[in-house]
Amino acid sequence: MAKWGLRLAALVYLLFLLVLPVGLVFWRTFEHGLGAVWKQLTEPNARHAFEVTLKVAVLAVVLNTVFGVLLAILVVRHDFPGKRLLNAFIDLPLAVSPVVVGLALILVYGKFSTFGGWLADRGIQVIFSLPGMVMATIFVSLPLVVREVAPVLEEIGIEQEQAAWTLGAGPLQTFCRVTLPAIRWALAYGAVLTLARSLGEFGAIAVVSGRLVGKTQTLTLYVEQQFQNFNVAGAYAASFVLAFIAVVILVGVNVLRPKEGEA
Amino acid sequence: MTKRFGDFVALEDVSVDVPSGSLTALLGPSGGGKSTLLRIIAGLEQPDSGMVEIAGSDATRLPPQRRNVGFVFQHYAAFKHMSVYGNVAFGLEIRKRPKQEIRRKVNELLELVHLEQFAHRRPSQLSGGQRQRMALARALAVEPQVLLLDEPFGALDAQVRKELRKWLRRLHDEVHVTTVFVTHDQEEAMEVADSIVVIAGGRIEQVGTPSELYERPANDFVMSFLGPVTKLGDQLVRPHDLHLRNAPDGSTLEGTVVRVLRLGFEVRVEVVIDGVDLWVQLTREQVDGLNLEPGSVVHVRPARRGREPSVVPACAIGP
Repeated sequence: MAKWGLRLAALVYLLFLLVLPVGLVFWRTFEHGLGAVWKQLTEPNARHAFEVTLKVAVLAVVLNTVFGVLLAILVVRHDFPGKRLLNAFIDLPLAVSPVVVGLALILVYGKFSTFGGWLADRGIQVIFSLPGMVMATIFVSLPLVVREVAPVLEEIGIEQEQAAWTLGAGPLQTFCRVTLPAIRWALAYGAVLTLARSLGEFGAIAVVSGRLVGKTQTLTLYVEQQFQNFNVAGAYAASFVLAFIAVVILVGVNVLRPKEGEA
Repeated sequence: MTKRFGDFVALEDVSVDVPSGSLTALLGPSGGGKSTLLRIIAGLEQPDSGMVEIAGSDATRLPPQRRNVGFVFQHYAAFKHMSVYGNVAFGLEIRKRPKQEIRRKVNELLELVHLEQFAHRRPSQLSGGQRQRMALARALAVEPQVLLLDEPFGALDAQVRKELRKWLRRLHDEVHVTTVFVTHDQEEAMEVADSIVVIAGGRIEQVGTPSELYERPANDFVMSFLGPVTKLGDQLVRPHDLHLRNAPDGSTLEGTVVRVLRLGFEVRVEVVIDGVDLWVQLTREQVDGLNLEPGSVVHVRPARRGREPSVVPACAIGP
């Protein structure tokens, strides 16, 4: 009896919070047929928003994958003073509101700050352009790769790596031939979560990008703008694409990921 | 050399000399520093002071990659994502040997460790004993100057452990690579090694051949670690070095038999002398001849071939 009650509660909870809203978006998107959706999505500002989103997301994923692995190795394999502090810092983006992240970046890299001014004198604009947006996205999605990879590193232990050393493998060879194959699924999963997070980021990007239509507008910003301009169809179409990409990559990775114990 | 971990002294001013071509056991209770010593030889730990010399040259500052040692871990440390073949070939591929040579060498080694039919399996499809033989082949593939084994049979069940011991001894007689292995099992050390180094509490207690250690232990610790002991008065003795008589002869102590345990050929006789327990190891014939049963009065003395006064120093080896 309690078992059924629990299941029912979970289902109702998910239904009202997740299935119903997302389902409605899907339904409203295709209300007027595929042609209408296509027209909304090929509109120049929409296409440009796609491009910007993709650029930001791909850069953020690549950088966070590389640095995420480095950080995970640092935290798991090395002992140094301040390690606990670093550990806490890695989780900071989960606790801090993205809007605050955006403001903080403006404080450091804005035109009227010392460092930002110095960069601007050399023709490098960080805020209200792509670099700042990538940095904001990196910041908010930083923990995802680290927190997927670190437990796996912990679990496989250091002995395989030490065995590789005694067999003559240098640090890079050991990483490529022994460590990387062992963490590859955690890494893939972390990268996919980072991608999903990057595509969906709104708050930090909204502050840092300046929301310049046709320039620094990402898909999420585009959705909001269309919605406020009463172009509901355009907002739904772009929302659908965002949700669809996220669902596809999550399902894809779960299908590809080997079952427990087979890796 | 000396090695500390924080306040804990793992090794204190220890010096060991391993003759080339020998099979040496580092024997001692766990936490005694023997694994640390092995890992220092491999370069996986750095000593706080002292030096490591391999084949006459100083290796103290060399990274593990350049020491040319083979290391076998207690829990195999198999490369899980590679086949058995891939595991054994690893060191040769790192050294960029020609494909042809790698294939020949790996097949040779797999034959040596009796795994030739498992070449394409994953380590997860092997039993513990097979995995450890694979790990040995992997370590031997790079033709190390020293083969180091850290409790190599510790994770295996008793039956497999006994088999692998014999097998390791035979393998060493074939390959002749200088081998050092760590164990806390005195039977394993006695059966396999040419020479045993007893380590406890970060110090070397004694070095010698198995029979030297057994017959002439340097101290009570070594004696009780390397075989059964019992106490006659204040003196530690081997239970089979005690003599029982029905009548006193001047040098005997009088006691009462508490229990007679017949374990096949061996019989354990438990005796109380002045309220203190000891036990004596006898044969069936001896027990029947003495007509022993619980309650009998017996007279005990050390057999003539008792423990000789030992003069072996506790820690003085190496150059």
